Amino acid sequence: MAASEALSARLAAQPAGPGFDAGRQAAADRLAAMGLPGRRDEYWRWTDPTPFNAETATPAAPGEAEAPLFAEVDSLKVVFVDGVFDAEASDDLAMGGVEISRLAASEPAWATGLYGALEAAGQNPVKRPFAALNTAQASDGLLIRVTAQAEKAINLVYVHKSEVSDPVLHHLIKMEEGAELTILETGPAGARFNKAMEVDVAKGARFHHIRVQGAEQDRRAVTHIFARVAAEALFKSFTLTVNGQLTRNEAYIDMVGDDAVAHIAGAALGDGKDGKFHHDDTVFVTHGALRGESRQVFKKVLKNGALGTFQGKIWVKPGAQKTDGYQISQSLLLDEDSQFLAKPELEIYADDVKCSHGSTTGAIDDTALFYLRSRGVPEEEAKGLLVLSFLADAIDEIEDEALKEEIVARLEDWLARHRS
Amino acid sequence: MTQETDIREGVDRETVETVQNMGSYKYGWETEIEMEYAPKGISEEIVRLISQKNDEPEWMLEWRLQAYARWVEMKEPEWALLDLPKIDYQDLYYYARPKSMVEKPKSLDEVDPKLLATYEKLGIPLKEQMILAGVEGAENINLEERQVAVDAVFDSVSVGTTFKEKLAEAGVIFCSISEAIKEHPELVKKYLGSVVPQTDNYFATLNSACFSDGSFVYVPPGTRCPMELSTYFRINAENTGQFERTLIVCDKGAYVSYLEGCTAPKRDTAQLHAAVVEIVILEDAEVKYSTVQNWFPGDEEGKGGIYNFVTKRADCREPRAKVMWTQVETGSAITWKYPSCILRGDDSSGEFYSIAIANNYQQADTGTKMVHLGKNTRSRIVSKGISAGQAQNTYRGLVSMHPRAKNSRNYTQCDSLLIGDKCGAHTVPYIEVKNNSSRVEHEATTSKVDDDQLFYCRARGVGEEEAVALVVNGFCRDVLQALPMEFAMEAQSLVAISLEGSVG
Repeated sequence: MAASEALSARLAAQPAGPGFDAGRQAAADRLAAMGLPGRRDEYWRWTDPTPFNAETATPAAPGEAEAPLFAEVDSLKVVFVDGVFDAEASDDLAMGGVEISRLAASEPAWATGLYGALEAAGQNPVKRPFAALNTAQASDGLLIRVTAQAEKAINLVYVHKSEVSDPVLHHLIKMEEGAELTILETGPAGARFNKAMEVDVAKGARFHHIRVQGAEQDRRAVTHIFARVAAEALFKSFTLTVNGQLTRNEAYIDMVGDDAVAHIAGAALGDGKDGKFHHDDTVFVTHGALRGESRQVFKKVLKNGALGTFQGKIWVKPGAQKTDGYQISQSLLLDEDSQFLAKPELEIYADDVKCSHGSTTGAIDDTALFYLRSRGVPEEEAKGLLVLSFLADAIDEIEDEALKEEIVARLEDWLARHRS
Repeated sequence: MTQETDIREGVDRETVETVQNMGSYKYGWETEIEMEYAPKGISEEIVRLISQKNDEPEWMLEWRLQAYARWVEMKEPEWALLDLPKIDYQDLYYYARPKSMVEKPKSLDEVDPKLLATYEKLGIPLKEQMILAGVEGAENINLEERQVAVDAVFDSVSVGTTFKEKLAEAGVIFCSISEAIKEHPELVKKYLGSVVPQTDNYFATLNSACFSDGSFVYVPPGTRCPMELSTYFRINAENTGQFERTLIVCDKGAYVSYLEGCTAPKRDTAQLHAAVVEIVILEDAEVKYSTVQNWFPGDEEGKGGIYNFVTKRADCREPRAKVMWTQVETGSAITWKYPSCILRGDDSSGEFYSIAIANNYQQADTGTKMVHLGKNTRSRIVSKGISAGQAQNTYRGLVSMHPRAKNSRNYTQCDSLLIGDKCGAHTVPYIEVKNNSSRVEHEATTSKVDDDQLFYCRARGVGEEEAVALVVNGFCRDVLQALPMEFAMEAQSLVAISLEGSVG
């Protein structure tokens, strides 16, 4: 099948949602020009895009309902079941300092020109076809404009019920000057989930994002975050991934204002015993202004043939002097069969900068294990402690202590269930 | 620059002198000599002609033709971070030899004096009992201990090899590859293309079709090569590509240290150089391969210079084989070069030390590949990239731990230094780990020349350019230390020369 036919078939199987005609059309044109990716594409060399290219989702059984996360956090809950907004389960879309509406039901003036704009900017120099596909086809999502300090967090809950669900959600968030918001995301969402989030962070605004991708085994997901970070603004994102057949999380962070700060972190735990586990983090941080500070912290714990990949880049544009860019990608391989593939890149066009990256791969340190064992800690418990300490740098990126505790509890739970 | 620069403790006098003697590209002159060319362009006829000029057996021609047939179907690679100008492969000469070389001289005494003078002027006298002269400080070296055998390649042909007899006494074969094809066909047949297959990549395939000469080394089992071997490549003729092929075979328990140097005249038009170096290392053997690449880098406006597309690979084929690549890349308008180690034998090890300097409009995309296949294999990468002017400098590397390569180790350190705000420094490492008993560590940093260090030097009366050269030499020290002595000294001065004009 010719490439254009494959793309047409892919699009035909999933009709576009309403509204945002101009933004959707522009994205469809971008997608037509770039086509669907293949294994020969540089940024898909380690992850096979075939399941995302397929016309329909490979069926995936919904997992058992997980204990809800962030239940104690004061938040505005919004529930999507297989990508369909669930009004009954959701709170009223109203709170102080924030305008919230649904993509499928409204087109506020502020959103028209912004929809797809950050995604379009994030298509260069690396193509992200599934993000363009998302902008063109998204069936729903939230349009959020934050004008002040939000009263509480917005808690997005993605429920997966149908074996063949194939949701495409697109969230657009505009943080006005000095505004602050935390977004929480949990759940597997569907058999194949395509999600994009565009976040425009204006001067001095602060945006926090904490996501837990569902622990369900058979799900597949391709997600994108596009952020534009203005002067003195803060962007922080943390993702915990446990299980899932195939997850590709991409982020494109564009630091356009002076003194901006962007931190993006991820912890992934995969056990191939339950089925395939393939986790891919593809991160691109662009420094385009003075004194920007960026941190990428990605940790993976892999066992029983699980596979993790990391493709990260710090791109410092000409003139972005005094940039402080840091990136670390590490993986702990708990047995002989697991694999880690990494490409930590630096591309730097300014001289007065401090940029560094590190990447390590290896097994649990025998010396550390022996130390704990010699002090009477049972082997499995000792291993659990070492895994948690390995993940600490990533988890520490979560500022809110209560949220951090919930994440750590979820990690401990995973470790308890996956003792060898 | 003051001649009376006070040299303080801890500052190497030689370094300062070298910096003071900085000049522009020293090797940019041309030898006026009558040349014989093959017609311009590449075709099956040209491949046949090169084979015929070298008086090759049929099997060699067949091998070349196979490569050529494959090459015409291939495309130039585009993945490097290089702004590649269109190269017209039909607009250059693939074979150029001095007329005096048509009848191959029987010994060095019969070689055209003009050619001998050329190498003399380059500091590489083709006389025996001589060391690599012309290198600052070389006169202090004990002559007996520092004999170096030289194979001199001028455009498309080898003009002579020194110390052949003495090496033969030890059983070492050191000659041009064209001679080896005729005189040692069994060795060449066995090993040629066994490390870099004919169809490896676009430039290696082109080289397989049209290589004109190069060096061949065979060190027999248990032999420590009695002296360092070297090849000096000189491109002289205009519009001519140089396609040399080097094959080094180090048999069980043997050792050899090999040096490579290269220069070319200054010209406005760019010239193509596409070489292949293959190294086969058997059980317990060790090879050190050092390069000081100083091809003409183009002028300050980026005109001219050598396009250097080189495939270098060492195969540690048997247990406990060792290889060490050391490179100082200061020349060439474009560098595309990834000396690699295939660590096939258990307990084998590979090391890669590199300094890559790009100034003015130079572009360098260079690094290494460490492919760990055997158990307990070790590799170490130390790369220092320096960018100045409008140059772009990329480290690109691969570390791959195969599932079978249990208990292996890699350590990688890549540092980049930027001098000026118009250049770029990039790092593109690929790390593939497919077993958990191996440990892989990668670190990279990018920074500018440290102001405190510069200030320290300046406060002590060292001029700005010298101060930068000193700091850069310090930055490169880990790699400079890995070089054989003469090369280390030459490299230090090259570092300074390459950066000339990059400050202020």
